[in-house]
Amino acid sequence: MKGFGIIKGLGVTLKHIYDTYAEDFKAGRKRYYNEAGVRQRMTHDTKGIFTVNYPEERLPVAENFRYVPFLVYEEVEGEKVPRCTACGICSKVCPSQCIWITRAEDPETGKPLKTPAEFAIDIDLCMNCGYCAEYCPFDAIKMDHDYELATYERMESNVHHKERLLKSASYYAGIRPTYYALEQQAKAEAEAKKAARRKPREGQEGRERPDRKERPDKTEE
Amino acid sequence: MNEKIIEIKPHEQEILDKFSDQLRVDEREGYHGLFVDRENLLSIMESLRDEVGYDHLTSVTGVDYLQEELLEVVYHLFKSTGGAVLEIKVQTPRSDPVVPSLVGLFPGADFQEREAWDLMGIRFEGHPNLKRILMWEGFKGHPLQKDWKEAFYEGEFKPYEDRWPEGKTSKIEENNPYKENIAYPKGFNPETWIPEGEELLFQGTAVIPQEETGLDTEKLVVNLGPQHPSTHGVFRMVAELDGETVTDLAPVMGYLHRNHEKIGERNTYAMNMPYTDRLDYFCSMSNNFAYALTVEKLLGEKYQPPERAEYIRVIMAELTRVLNHFMAIGFFLNDLGAYFTPALYAIKERELILDIFEAVAGSRMMCNYYRFGGVVRDLPEGMEEHIRDMVFERLPRQVDEMDRYLVENEIVVARGKGVGVLTPEQAIAYSAVGPVLRASGVPYDIRRAEPYSIYDRFDFDVAVRYHGDVYDRFLIRYDEIRSSIKILQQAIEGIPKGEILANKPAYKFKMPKGEAYGRVEGPKGELGFYVVSDGTDNPYRYHVRAPSFINLTGLREMSLGEKVADLVAILGSIDIVLGEVDR
Repeated sequence: MKGFGIIKGLGVTLKHIYDTYAEDFKAGRKRYYNEAGVRQRMTHDTKGIFTVNYPEERLPVAENFRYVPFLVYEEVEGEKVPRCTACGICSKVCPSQCIWITRAEDPETGKPLKTPAEFAIDIDLCMNCGYCAEYCPFDAIKMDHDYELATYERMESNVHHKERLLKSASYYAGIRPTYYALEQQAKAEAEAKKAARRKPREGQEGRERPDRKERPDKTEE
Repeated sequence: MNEKIIEIKPHEQEILDKFSDQLRVDEREGYHGLFVDRENLLSIMESLRDEVGYDHLTSVTGVDYLQEELLEVVYHLFKSTGGAVLEIKVQTPRSDPVVPSLVGLFPGADFQEREAWDLMGIRFEGHPNLKRILMWEGFKGHPLQKDWKEAFYEGEFKPYEDRWPEGKTSKIEENNPYKENIAYPKGFNPETWIPEGEELLFQGTAVIPQEETGLDTEKLVVNLGPQHPSTHGVFRMVAELDGETVTDLAPVMGYLHRNHEKIGERNTYAMNMPYTDRLDYFCSMSNNFAYALTVEKLLGEKYQPPERAEYIRVIMAELTRVLNHFMAIGFFLNDLGAYFTPALYAIKERELILDIFEAVAGSRMMCNYYRFGGVVRDLPEGMEEHIRDMVFERLPRQVDEMDRYLVENEIVVARGKGVGVLTPEQAIAYSAVGPVLRASGVPYDIRRAEPYSIYDRFDFDVAVRYHGDVYDRFLIRYDEIRSSIKILQQAIEGIPKGEILANKPAYKFKMPKGEAYGRVEGPKGELGFYVVSDGTDNPYRYHVRAPSFINLTGLREMSLGEKVADLVAILGSIDIVLGEVDR
């Protein structure tokens, strides 16, 4: 019969409409404007329409989610001390070459210091690939979760300088708890190993090596 | 150095025995394939096609060996009945870069030879329309030649030196101001230039009087695109119409051209991975897969991914195929005029798959997930269960629903059946790949014909349809989703525990000299990468064999004699992505 195919198809559309309203009726207000509701709409058995009403509702971002990079600092006696040692690996692996680093110098001797004097990322160039975070040996640069970066002007405000890039280690622990825990654990293990190694050689004057901790292979984020 | 070991593969030996007087083995370190003199190229290719069965010319590209003063054309062929890829090479001096054109033998070489002329400066003698294809005629030079430099030249290779340890930011606009970033060939004036022989293409609509019929009718040239919703991006079809019937058609592309390959040759090997995401931006996982396989071929055994990584790779690649085909179905309906309801139903399923990608890779579309020797990170907790629920419950249910929704729809049937037919012979001749080839009755699927990764372990059906029309190209996407789901179910059941990377994470590799051609069956067809390494950190040559681009070669053949309204449906049924067409 001509037209049967169309009617069958319209049945599917009707089912979709029914599903949407039936879900709304069943779940009521629980379905909208709260995190549990949004999460339910992301599961495999969600039914009906699952649009998220941004900005009132937001999709919860995954822990692995990556947006533009930021620099992690540790708070030491009220001062922000960046974990970054200005080794330059991130700017070397960066596919779009959007990272500029100026290494700090000792004002008296002129020798390079293990900290950046300036660190800039042009987020217009940044392709959010995550290589900088992946290959940083000091866990100093990480990918952010904050995706709302709209500005009124695109030249100056889209170059993120050091002050803007620095975020605290506790912020990092908040957005990536799993990786933070793994890194802390690895760090503690490396410390313990180092302490155990140093003990027998006590008294001997060894050259201080940079605090390169051993990283777990699987979780380089 | 020890005696050079030249590895000749069995299928090459077979050819070599047959045509030993005209072919010789490429004896350079790490290279494969067979050389032929340019005088003998046409006869050898004809014999290969007709006598041995290498009927599908899949890739044509050039390499510029600046030091040897040579330009090399590399042809990749395969048998449409399956088997490994055969590599044939022709060398020509840089001062006289002429090679006979293969368009007469393999019409599928058309666009690829134009691309090689455009970007590499190799002239193909006997090509019916050897014009630039991605760049425009007023462009100076051939950008893939090794001595060509762009207007704002930062350096030969990345990483650039001004980034560290004394970095000072600068915006690209300041270094490369508008109107100073362009150079014209000698004697070229953009103000007065009229493209020779292509006046029609550039005048919007034009009228050609028709004298033979005696009727008072005129032919009309219509430009569809570049700004047209049905072209899925900035793509243009110039159609010559007699009434409503298409009498000629020329695709115009290159609006999104960024010279991906030149960028790739400046990058290090690892840096290219996120760039491949941007080729076919729906299927970044498949693009990663192809590139990773190619570089692993170069790197050798040591970079064989561990078992778990292989499974994760297959799962991600197949999920990509599912989402791409959902989108292809949805947007095909859009092209037919079913505005957005089917597309949105398709997007719903795609969204759920993208949620998986976001949780696993960190990004919904630009995944950058594969690494040489594995994948970047393991699946997060609970992800295996989620994927299992998706592939056992939701996706089979939803593909059945899409089936009920659209397949028997009389309008789809009427618009699709018998429209835009490509016969099997034509499909092979025009180097069509993927769903377009299989919908024409050629059951060629690389996963079966030359299995890569762990595809030889899975039980699945190679989808094939026999009419070669728009409707079959629409139906075959359902078949492929179903066979992908079958693979996914086996893969998620069989996934072992263990490592996910063969080696320590690294961003620099000790790359041996040589070349490699790696290919995967991407959602749109054979996606191939041809990489030449000279032992440094950066690839010497990096070529992408893009399925969308080469599938368009057959567009004219499909469209001739059809109605202008069907052009949109035909283009939609090929399923192109402009990021990959224009590169």
